[in-house]
Amino acid sequence: MKLKKSTVNAIISYAIVIAAFLICQWMIATKNMPRTLKGQMIPICVYIVMAVSLNLVVGISGELSLGHAGFMSIGAFSGAIASTYFLNALGLESAIVRLVLSILVGGAFAGVFGVLIGIPVLRLRGDYLAIVTLAFGEIIRNVVNCLYFSVDGMRLHVSFNNPNLPGSIIVNGPAGSKGIKAISTLPVGFVLILFTLFVVLNLVNSRSGRAIMASRDNRIAAEAMGINVTKYKMMAFVTSAVLAGMAGALYGLNFSTFTAAKFKFDTSILVLVFVVLGGIGNIWGSIIAAALLTVLPELLRAFADYRMLIYAIVLILVMLATNNPIIRSLFNGLIRRNRADQAKAGKGGDAQ
Amino acid sequence: MVAFLRFLINGISLGSVYAIIALGYTMVYGIAKMLNFAHGDVIMVGAYIAFCAMAYLSLPPILAVLLAMVACTALGIVIEGLAYRPLRQAASLAVLITAIGVSYFLQNAALLIWGANPKSFPSVFSVGAIRLFEGELVISSETILTIISNIVIMIGLTLFTGRTKLGKAMRAVSEDKGAAELMGINVNRTISLTFAIGSALAAVAGVLLCSTYPILMPTTGSMPGIKAFTAAVFGGIGSIPGAMIGGILLGVIEILGKAYISTELGDALVFAVLIIVLLFKPAGLLGRPVREKV
Repeated sequence: MKLKKSTVNAIISYAIVIAAFLICQWMIATKNMPRTLKGQMIPICVYIVMAVSLNLVVGISGELSLGHAGFMSIGAFSGAIASTYFLNALGLESAIVRLVLSILVGGAFAGVFGVLIGIPVLRLRGDYLAIVTLAFGEIIRNVVNCLYFSVDGMRLHVSFNNPNLPGSIIVNGPAGSKGIKAISTLPVGFVLILFTLFVVLNLVNSRSGRAIMASRDNRIAAEAMGINVTKYKMMAFVTSAVLAGMAGALYGLNFSTFTAAKFKFDTSILVLVFVVLGGIGNIWGSIIAAALLTVLPELLRAFADYRMLIYAIVLILVMLATNNPIIRSLFNGLIRRNRADQAKAGKGGDAQ
Repeated sequence: MVAFLRFLINGISLGSVYAIIALGYTMVYGIAKMLNFAHGDVIMVGAYIAFCAMAYLSLPPILAVLLAMVACTALGIVIEGLAYRPLRQAASLAVLITAIGVSYFLQNAALLIWGANPKSFPSVFSVGAIRLFEGELVISSETILTIISNIVIMIGLTLFTGRTKLGKAMRAVSEDKGAAELMGINVNRTISLTFAIGSALAAVAGVLLCSTYPILMPTTGSMPGIKAFTAAVFGGIGSIPGAMIGGILLGVIEILGKAYISTELGDALVFAVLIIVLLFKPAGLLGRPVREKV
């Protein structure tokens, strides 16, 4: 049986992720992993999922979103609330079950908001769409800052701007979440990466994925072919929101406390930087860029105060270098030669 | 009623600052079609330079502002030349990320030079306040100065873009770069000029912002920058009167929202209004709708 090329590529991708996971586990088990890196492992998983999901909107669907951290925020808070509720009210002891359920809850809530936000946002185009996603991200952060949640027996209490709730407080307005059990684990993080890859690769290589990319390349032509552009853009947007919500839940449950300020505009931008540096529309590019750039500030710790300055300079230089016509043509030449070699190695290839 | 007037005047004052910043955004967007996210940080640099000129060199405020404007103009031209000009042909997202890189750079450079501790900005303009309604309504000199500067800048820019040769060149480049070049306009120099004007305005905005809200930190510029960007989009990005109207409306909505609805939700309200406006007028209040051609 001959597998489709996209299937083979997907299987290779999963294999690489699993291999990376095994190497990480081995390094942790044999204590070869530096302590700073060990603490970064779950954030790396989170940012990989964030970057891949944002790439779905920015790269595959072609819409600039500047509010991705908003969905992460929704996922983190709903996941944290769900986890505490399952423990305190339902007496669910198993950490792993709670973690998985909380991630699902986080994804579901982010998905609901993805639909609500997507309806107005996707009516706009280009930079206007970008600014509205930015606006939604800021609104989410502001509103979460005013919310208070507590659990009292089986009941979950919510209030707006009123910290006096019965029972034990879970989310404490601007002070953020409180007394959450940190239950995120590395294996679950890697499973989430695999799940994300599975969803995104299957979507991209499906009929819907091709419709999404056709809408990106030429909206009018796609409409003329009978593609419902809004529907497919919505599909990409909501899928991305769900994945970001799941990543957010994993992120939130990695800490005993976190605040809404963590998910501000800068975080959305950070993820966008991963996507653009990794190559817009390139899934593996996003993964590598997210992993490297999450670790980079830690690696630059030797430069102490200068590290963020160096980070900024590296960012500018990489953008200048990758867009320099001379360097670009050099790269393109390499890729072309590579492809030509592959074509020669193949059995003549398909008729063109 | 008096309270309402006071909030309204504060709102117009804050809105005037947003409007001046938004002018920088809108001019750069109109001409270079890029979102210059580093603009907010140029404001912060301008405010720091004015602060240093007043606190360490004990220059009079007018000279300090002029020094800040000159320094920011130079900064704007350098940023454009080093970071944005090589990307003229690149994808817009690449330019956006570079602008973000420049923004990080300016913030962290400021952090290294001036430290993380907030500096208390001295009052620039110390003429007595105006008191109305038997002293119930006090309009501070900063408020008056901000509103007057805004009007002067608006009139100056309208005359500049409408009447002078350089202004016409700017409008021509924003309309069609290729055609402008064929007409003998130096496109690169015109874009540099736009950045220079935008950055000089940012310095003024920085001083005005910090004389009303006198806390100066390396991150001072980022939130007003985002709001001014919102204001520019609100008014129709690329349009100079649009930036002015958008800025003032945004400032008024923010102050009134904080006063009457919820202090915490003032910012959220601003963005909510933006979303509603864009849903009904997708190109902003004064923006020209772009027709799509097959």
